[in-house]
Amino acid sequence: MSFFRKKIYATAGFNTISLGSGRKEFHPKKPRPGIEHYIKEAGLGSIDQINKPENIDEGVIGNFMAERFCRQGNLGGFFPMVHPTFQYKPCIRVEGACDSGGLALVTAIKTILADLADVVLCIGFEIQNSVKAIYGADYLAGAGWYSGERKKGHAYFFPDQFSQRAGACFEKFGKERIRAGMAQWYVNAIENARKNPKAQEYHNRNSDLMSTGLTPPNPKVFCEHINVFDCSKVSDGASAMMFTSEEGLKKIGVDGKDAVEAVAYAQIQDNLTTPPPDLTKLSTCEIAAKHAYQRAGIKSKDLSVLDVHDCFSIAGLLAVEAAGFADHGEGADFVKEGNTKVSGQIPTNTTGGLIGYGHPTGASGVRQAVDIVHQLLGKAGDCQVKIDSNRPYGMMSSMGGNDKTVVAMIFEKLE
Amino acid sequence: MTLDERLQNVAVIGAAGKMGSGIAVLIAQEMAKLKLKPENNDKIYRLNLIDVSEKALDGMRLYMKTQLLKVAEKSTVTLRGIYEGREDLVENAEIINAFVDDSYALLNFTTDIKVTKDAHLVFEAIFENEEIKIKVLKTLRELVNEDTLFMTNTSSIPISYLDEKAGLGGRIIGYHFYNPPVIQRLVEVIAAKATTDELKDVAQELGKKLRKTLVSSSDISGFIGNGHFSRDGLYALNEVERLKDKYEYHGSIYIMNKISQDFLVRPMGIFQLIDYVGIDIIECLLRVMRTHLDDESLTSSLIDKMANNKILGGQYSSGAQKDGFLKYEKNRPVGVYNIEGGKYFSFDDEWRKNIDNDLGILPEGYSPWRTLLSDAKKQDKLKAHFNNLKKMNTWGAKLALSYLKKTKEVALKLLSDGVATSADEVNAILTNGFYWLYGPINDYI
Ligand SMILES: NC(=O)c1ccc[n+]([C@@H]2O[C@H](COP(=O)([O-])OP(=O)(O)OC[C@H]3O[C@@H](n4cnc5c(N)ncnc54)[C@H](O)[C@@H]3O)[C@@H](O)[C@H]2O)c1
Repeated sequence: MSFFRKKIYATAGFNTISLGSGRKEFHPKKPRPGIEHYIKEAGLGSIDQINKPENIDEGVIGNFMAERFCRQGNLGGFFPMVHPTFQYKPCIRVEGACDSGGLALVTAIKTILADLADVVLCIGFEIQNSVKAIYGADYLAGAGWYSGERKKGHAYFFPDQFSQRAGACFEKFGKERIRAGMAQWYVNAIENARKNPKAQEYHNRNSDLMSTGLTPPNPKVFCEHINVFDCSKVSDGASAMMFTSEEGLKKIGVDGKDAVEAVAYAQIQDNLTTPPPDLTKLSTCEIAAKHAYQRAGIKSKDLSVLDVHDCFSIAGLLAVEAAGFADHGEGADFVKEGNTKVSGQIPTNTTGGLIGYGHPTGASGVRQAVDIVHQLLGKAGDCQVKIDSNRPYGMMSSMGGNDKTVVAMIFEKLE
Repeated sequence: MTLDERLQNVAVIGAAGKMGSGIAVLIAQEMAKLKLKPENNDKIYRLNLIDVSEKALDGMRLYMKTQLLKVAEKSTVTLRGIYEGREDLVENAEIINAFVDDSYALLNFTTDIKVTKDAHLVFEAIFENEEIKIKVLKTLRELVNEDTLFMTNTSSIPISYLDEKAGLGGRIIGYHFYNPPVIQRLVEVIAAKATTDELKDVAQELGKKLRKTLVSSSDISGFIGNGHFSRDGLYALNEVERLKDKYEYHGSIYIMNKISQDFLVRPMGIFQLIDYVGIDIIECLLRVMRTHLDDESLTSSLIDKMANNKILGGQYSSGAQKDGFLKYEKNRPVGVYNIEGGKYFSFDDEWRKNIDNDLGILPEGYSPWRTLLSDAKKQDKLKAHFNNLKKMNTWGAKLALSYLKKTKEVALKLLSDGVATSADEVNAILTNGFYWLYGPINDYI
């Protein structure tokens, strides 16, 4: 028995460039594209891959903080702008901090399962370069509990939350060992991004990534246990993808060979007002992955490709553990040994992840799904990994806040 | 009196100038941090910013706001700790604005030098003119308390001379910030013969507080930094006189600028640097040094002529370079001045190609200064660069090697004259203050 009461397909994925420091075309003082541009570029990028856009029934927009980064609310209102046939069609904006994109995927699937639509277009986006990082840190801190945590929190609130996790892991499992895993995570992220022309680190030419990854932290200006290379990027970008029913796929004129099946997801919410039960673990991510595997009727070893939410290198290591690939405390060694490289046991974040591709927060969950779908379809360009016919699955896992809001979703390559 | 006590009341004279305003930014933030300590809550802190130009002071208000904002944005990690007790300030933006307001509240902008009377520490940063500096220092001496200490930013006037003429009895020290003081890490410290131990200690302690790299220099006109720069520049100016018969002024200036920037891998060519500093400033520097050192060789007729023609270089308030020996577009040289014709020649590809041909190619594996700056293997690469240069038989390589040799001689002479007491000091000044990748005292030559 499959988890969904009817078949759900994913198709027509598209990512914009992740724009920000690192990209040659980025200049902090020059004008840049705004919300209208990103929603439209991503939306049209998806629409261009189908035949009948008029048969798209609904839209979902995932975004975290446009209210503060761009002083703009009512984001659903940008959906009809994407295509003339979208006028007066339903669209909802969803928000769950850095998992807003993940929630957009889930919302699209729910609408189809409820028989209210056959084709839903998901668009996730974020614009973060509108303010300096020190003010952006304030906005992003909204993913934590403002009245309970912000005042005593760090200037770089979220980096510090994960710096504390890194510190806890150092203490429990050995500093050198964890640090080496974190640096290797950074190296893999950049190496993968160099093959992805849309990635923010695509132009990175650093010849000694390992030393850069091992840069000692400077707590006077940043965090105690992590350096800036351990962090995902400040990014502007958008991603889009369509979910359809079997009927819907026909309606938009997409051939089965251009779609994959979404077989299961788990969306898990932890209490924002309580601290994480164990700093050395992503407990919520772990539950989400477990549920997703169970619902899909598969095990972690059935995956050919994985995309996790590496907002920080330490989060990457812990997410690999949470996805069931390494035991508690062993994620660093697992990564250090090369198991998550594109040539490794479980190719992970093959297009760069949040550290290499970039992290336009509201887009990230959608971007992860797009990249998994591209891998399963053999459309991942230079980032393509081998999809074993015995392991036709890929999973994405996205996270909002400090392991608070999580979506894990599993896709299967069609026969 | 401790340094922290002194920092309750400070004055900067010439505050609206390039150096004065930078010093003001540095001191204002330290004073604000002191004031924000709970135990200092009820004390009054005052930074008096004094300048003769009301107009310049007006511009300075906005400058101080923007600079203090930048400072606060860069030190928010620390500031969050300082404002821990303020429950009403939660977000970074609120804390940053509070710090700008609290620092700004200490400032008193005025043309009235009398406000200095309660200052415990005075920074003098008016322009490089002996008579005016002495006059102002005398006025100040009469105004202030007996234990007030003075720090002068003079680039070339011997501190003992200022001390004696102004009758300060050793309460003055040379505290030579580099431009711009907010960014440049280096401060050259010059004690006069009579400078008190207390003041020497204050100078060291302040340097630590401001996170500066202090290098001491003997009290000999020009000190280490300008002692080297002036002679290094004069060498290039004299070379121009030698080469001008064949290449005219504009060709020769182009050549020496290229030799210093590319062949010697410096951050900018010598003539761009001269323009950056200001041709009038250099004219003044040479004049002061010539007088105090009684050394006629510290003269350049080319500099004098340029100053006479009012072709002065320098910078706009944005930091962009003004035209001098070279003409600039977006801070890149696009032309060069010929004093004989009294006009600029635009760099023309054909013309440049001809000269570059005469100079010959750069050594194999050459990387420009900017690339090497962040290269972990820069020391090896520089060594290889100069080794290659020695193996080459081109005219460019010869010019470069004689320049390299001269630069080293100038530095060694600073040692034998007692301006500096070690090679490390000279090298530290050139690498920290002038951003060279290597010190002039090296074994490349
Ligand atoms: N600019 C540099 O690169 C640099 C570097 C190191 C040291 N210095 C030295 O610093 C000092 C200041 O240089 P600057 O470049 O800032 O000059 P500047 O011309 O930018 O500023 C000098 C300021 O002093 C003011 N002033 C003049 N006479 C005054 C008086 N009697 N009372 C009060 N204010 C008066 C002027 O209005 C002006 O605002 C000089 O001694 C110079 O040699 C300059």
